Amino acid sequence: MQYMLLIYADENAWESLPEDERQAMYAEYGKLNGVLRRQGKLVAGDELQPVATATTVRVRKGETVVSDGPFAETKEALGGYYLVDAESLDEAIEWAARIPTAREGTIEIRPVVDHAGAGA
Amino acid sequence: MQDAFAIALQRWPRDGGPANPGAWIVATARNRAIDRIRREQTLARKTELLARAEHLPDDEDTTIPDERLELIFACCHPALAPEAQVALTLSLFGGLTTPEIARAFLIPEPTLAQRLVRAKRKIRDAGIPLRVPPEHLLPERMRSVLAVIYLVFNAGYGPPVRTELCAEAIRLALLLATLMPDEAEVHGLHALLLLQDARRDARVTRGGELVLLDDQDRALWDAAEIEQGRAALQRALPLRRPGPYQLQAAIAAAHSESERDWLRIALLYRRLGELAPSPVVELNRAVAVAMADGPQAGLALVDAIRGLDEYHLFHASRADLLRRLGRTDESSVAYERALVLAPSEVERAFLRGRLAAN
Repeated sequence: MQYMLLIYADENAWESLPEDERQAMYAEYGKLNGVLRRQGKLVAGDELQPVATATTVRVRKGETVVSDGPFAETKEALGGYYLVDAESLDEAIEWAARIPTAREGTIEIRPVVDHAGAGA
Repeated sequence: MQDAFAIALQRWPRDGGPANPGAWIVATARNRAIDRIRREQTLARKTELLARAEHLPDDEDTTIPDERLELIFACCHPALAPEAQVALTLSLFGGLTTPEIARAFLIPEPTLAQRLVRAKRKIRDAGIPLRVPPEHLLPERMRSVLAVIYLVFNAGYGPPVRTELCAEAIRLALLLATLMPDEAEVHGLHALLLLQDARRDARVTRGGELVLLDDQDRALWDAAEIEQGRAALQRALPLRRPGPYQLQAAIAAAHSESERDWLRIALLYRRLGELAPSPVVELNRAVAVAMADGPQAGLALVDAIRGLDEYHLFHASRADLLRRLGRTDESSVAYERALVLAPSEVERAFLRGRLAAN
């Protein structure tokens, strides 16, 4: 089964982090990426630009409406994701717990819908 | 396996559970696997899936001590809301109807039905595994499993008594205690269930009437089962991790002494209230205090309790204290309120008897 691990964190806290601490976090992410890749679990994973760079698109009555944002009310914003292959929710939880940002932020696990049907 | 589990979840509430859920799950998984194979295109794929399907029964026999335990752990997964865990396990294992489960939780029936639907959907769609959790996950997954077993027991304790539910709860508690001998609360729960079950025959008359502890014929208590209960509690104590089940077991053990020490019982309830605050515990403490210090002291505690207005035993206890204080009119009003709320005929019959005597 594939699981999307959505990484939510306080962007201000991340940006105000001293350079050496930020580098230490990147190193940790690098290690996790390596483990996920070696075990054949990593489907995809990326860090996202801050929410200030976000653009919202809606098509209404055939017209494309583009706007700045969205800017969520909550302090935590989506800052990155992993798409992993896992045996079960328990395994997905274990990978989520190993994401460095899980210590300050929040990881939301969403199972991916398998449209292939057979699943296995 | 996940598919089979999902089917089980969809079917059982409708059909009633199969006699052996684990074997049924395996059989269903095998059938589903064969269905899949028929749809698959390549021979290699077919061979692989067949091999996997054929291995399923062996896996069950060698790695899993009890299939039902597996199912319980899946139903008690922390990714499900605690209320949903309890509701789901009860509906799968208890053989109870939705209204009966709703009553056990003191919640409206539609709320419970919705809870069950959501929980089943999540188990299926989120890939909650059907297995006993590995060692490092076991302790955190234990608490809700214990709560579920206790609720199954209570649903069987009645009235009306459902012996098979009590026996099932005790069996599961013993199994857990055997699998996890270092978990003090598992022994505590096992002890509690045995001590309560030992009084089962004395609790309800042949005519189906509820008998209060004080009026019970102690000759009907199962002395051997009380001893088993005490022994189970003795296994918990050296582990030195007190918890709500051990305290409740200690209270039940104190109740089975020939001379009851109400001061001690009230104290145990106070500690229980500190570890697991609840208005129901407070109500029990009030009753013990009334026995130790008189009905006036008990009533003062009862009247300070909030949140039990829809609970028949709250009004029944209050009525009893008022009766003992000679405040007959107020007592009758409280008995009438309890009568409206009482969920079973046995309890209503008991309350009518008390009301008539006022």
